[in-house]
Amino acid sequence: MSTATALPVLTANDFASDQEIRWCPGCGDYSILAQMKKMLPELGLPTEQIVFVSGIGCSSRFPYYMNTYGVHSIHGRAPAVATGLKVARPDLKVFVITGDGDALSIGGNHFIHMLRRNVNITLVLFNNRIYGLTKGQYSPTSLEGAVTKSTPMGVVDHPLNPILLALGAEATFIARSVDTQIKHLSATLKRAAEHKGTAVVEVYQNCNVFNDGAWSYAQDKATREDTTLELENGKPMIFGKNRDKGIRLNGFQPEVVELKGGIAEDDLLFHDEKADSTLVYMLARMRHPNFPEPIGVFRDVESTVFEEQMRNQVKEAILTRGKGDLNKLFRSGDTWHVK
Amino acid sequence: MSMDVAPKANGAKQVKQVSGITVRLVGDSGDGMQLLGTQLTNTSALSGNDVATFPDFPAEIRAPRGTRAGVSGFQVQFASHEVHTPGDTLDGLVAMNPAALVTNIADLCPGGLLIVDEDSFEDKDLKLANLGTDPLEDPAMENYRLVKVPMTKLTRTAVQSLGLSVKEADRCRNFFAMGLVYWLYGRDTESTLRFIRSKFSKSEQIQQANERALQAGWAYGETTEQLDISYRVEAAALPPGHYRNVMGNQALAWGLMAAAELSKKELFYGSYPITPASDILHELCKYKNFGVITFQAEDEIAAVCGAIGAAYGGSMAVTTSSGPGIALKAEAMGLAVMLELPLIVIDVQRGGPSTGLPTKTEQADLLQVLFGRNGEAPVPVLAARSPGDCFDTAVEAWRIATRLMIPVVILSDGYIANGAEPWEIPDMNKLAAIEIEHPGPISKDEKFRPYQRDEMLARPWALPGTKGLEHRVGGIEKQDGTGNISYDPENHQKMVNIRAQKVANVAKMIGPQEVFGPREGELLVLSWGGTYGACRTAVIESIAAGRRVAHCHLRHLNPFPSDLADILSRYESVLVPELNMGQLLMLIRSRYLIDAEGFNKVKGKPFAVSELVSKIAAMTTVTQEEVLAGASA
Repeated sequence: MSTATALPVLTANDFASDQEIRWCPGCGDYSILAQMKKMLPELGLPTEQIVFVSGIGCSSRFPYYMNTYGVHSIHGRAPAVATGLKVARPDLKVFVITGDGDALSIGGNHFIHMLRRNVNITLVLFNNRIYGLTKGQYSPTSLEGAVTKSTPMGVVDHPLNPILLALGAEATFIARSVDTQIKHLSATLKRAAEHKGTAVVEVYQNCNVFNDGAWSYAQDKATREDTTLELENGKPMIFGKNRDKGIRLNGFQPEVVELKGGIAEDDLLFHDEKADSTLVYMLARMRHPNFPEPIGVFRDVESTVFEEQMRNQVKEAILTRGKGDLNKLFRSGDTWHVK
Repeated sequence: MSMDVAPKANGAKQVKQVSGITVRLVGDSGDGMQLLGTQLTNTSALSGNDVATFPDFPAEIRAPRGTRAGVSGFQVQFASHEVHTPGDTLDGLVAMNPAALVTNIADLCPGGLLIVDEDSFEDKDLKLANLGTDPLEDPAMENYRLVKVPMTKLTRTAVQSLGLSVKEADRCRNFFAMGLVYWLYGRDTESTLRFIRSKFSKSEQIQQANERALQAGWAYGETTEQLDISYRVEAAALPPGHYRNVMGNQALAWGLMAAAELSKKELFYGSYPITPASDILHELCKYKNFGVITFQAEDEIAAVCGAIGAAYGGSMAVTTSSGPGIALKAEAMGLAVMLELPLIVIDVQRGGPSTGLPTKTEQADLLQVLFGRNGEAPVPVLAARSPGDCFDTAVEAWRIATRLMIPVVILSDGYIANGAEPWEIPDMNKLAAIEIEHPGPISKDEKFRPYQRDEMLARPWALPGTKGLEHRVGGIEKQDGTGNISYDPENHQKMVNIRAQKVANVAKMIGPQEVFGPREGELLVLSWGGTYGACRTAVIESIAAGRRVAHCHLRHLNPFPSDLADILSRYESVLVPELNMGQLLMLIRSRYLIDAEGFNKVKGKPFAVSELVSKIAAMTTVTQEEVLAGASA
């Protein structure tokens, strides 16, 4: 490999487009955009090899701000557009940028089908538990009772849990991060981008205009170490400012325990990204305030990749039947000559 | 191809030469009528006849056995002259049960040949068909040449020694009927025997049983005293060339593959199953060794969106559906209009609205594909006129889509999709290449303009992976040239105008519109899509009867050919026959401000030639020649 020309080292600035960013001041999207730009040079890919595909919503403006290729498509359909693109061009690195309304409401069908196919795409789901671009209606992740512009008496729907939905669709990589935890976010995005297959990253993102503080417990420096649990593969599930609390299994249920009085690290649950999905299910159902909410990589397993399988069938067909010849095909079967 | 037609057993049987035969084979949807019809079609085409077919089957896979709802039929016209339709009235009807008989007998011409399986006219069969009395005993049967054949018993006898169950033996009954029909019309059994051997290659027993049933049917025809005449139809004088049979959906699939090769593109086909378009997917997924990628999406929207993604990546992107699915794709088609990416959207129309008549034909999606999107979102629309024409239409659609960077709609319909006709096989080496240019890499100092226009107003098709051409496309209005988001009022007006002008520019790629018949006259029949055959035949017959009528059949429905206004002005009146309530008619009247008249039918069936001939007669006067011809007769 000594003859290979080293790629020029890119910086976050190389990934910034010349377009003025039009998110509200203070929006959590800015942080996610910054971490994405910071992370991308670490992938070692030139800007022209990367495509951002989005649907509709505040988060979906994301591609315009990246100096890469990009498609700002229609509401909910980004996974479908990205799947077609990735099948046509497996050589490209494809990201889907979406939100809770885009991915889980209008685009729920495409979301689950991209996951079950395991297309080699990184999907970042900005979850702010509200419709921002349409100015404040409740979303499929809004909590029961939430008073929004379209629910003056409170939401009566049960919220959807994106991690559980991804698990139900057998996604091979499932993670969660928080807009303001920039180091964690950047590292999680990188893990996701390097995963082979569909990677889903739910990012807790604050909409400071229509749903301010939805994730404050997970964002505030003062509380976040007690309200979130940073998952580390192969490590015991410890949390808390003083790292003195942990998660222990009691029968089939998790429980919060304090690391004292004979309870040691070895008594705690150990995280295993490749474990049976039961563990992910349990972790995903740990919600604030009863539990610290897990962040980090819930699941990272290997499986066959959609576009590769499709391409392999083409290769195999050519190998076994020879490259097709239309003139031959048209003349196969019963034909006749008229003189 | 040799044809063994000389009577062997009974030299007294008469052989009658006729110029054409229209026959319909009807039975239960599980009786194998479609297979029988397809085989008769292929065999007739192989013997050099021109053929046209009309398969007609219920939407249910297996409606209750023996009921009227479960009747499946296949009509074929084969002739020694050019035919454009499967025929109006039937010369022969083969009915496998009472339900099939009573639902089809009205189309049999007086004196026509009616062959029935008399074994399936027992009381229980009559009950299933909701009949109080045996229709074979009806005095009206005297109008036909009724031939009662104990097909079930004879088939069982023919396969007896093979040890099949009664159920398995009865499944061979359609081949018995086929043998009899082949004898009746002097058809060669060789290609059907080949078909049986390959189709049933997994079981020698079944293979032999079907062969024997076929032979027994033939032998029955030879020996029965009920049939004293068999018929022969000479080869038709088709233009010289190498021919095969094609069905509409098959020709569409092949046309797409040809277009991909002519443009050196990989074919990406995104689709969701829907009647009557699914056969395009079935056909294309067989050809992975041609590099075809078929994506069966989770829904119609994903199918078109996947295709849009593939188009952005540089593939030849295609999506297909029928009316209900096209409705679902509408928003994404608008996106493709905005992104200005090449895309083919195929609508194989069926009876609507909503689920409508899934297996029946109609032409009622014209206005949907023209206008069924939000905002000003024009797209070019082409319509195929016959099964073979689907091939050329597909190639032309891709030529237009890539030249103008625009989604193009192809309209077909259930009648074309499932119909078959002889097709002169094209030579791929002689078809004109479809030239596509992608801009190459540029340096950092240069600025790429993704919405820069060429002389046809097309923008460049820049592919991801190309250095320096990084750009974003999206559904929000964009500034011309740069492609950046723009809400500027003047720019929006400009972009709407450009997108409209792009569609108008397609007219520059279209040659002069063909008109059949007199250059000017009393009446012009203006048609589009699958009604071509019926309209053309009606006009040919009317001209022969001395009427000053011409036929103009449109492939291009948006934009119209630029000489259409001139053509329309040369006739005193214009008749627009359509299998809808007057959609092209509305366009013609509003666009050209002429008092065109519609002739409309929405019964799930194609036009009969006779109804068009009557309409033409009512709209034209009898010429001097016809008066003279009448006087001398």
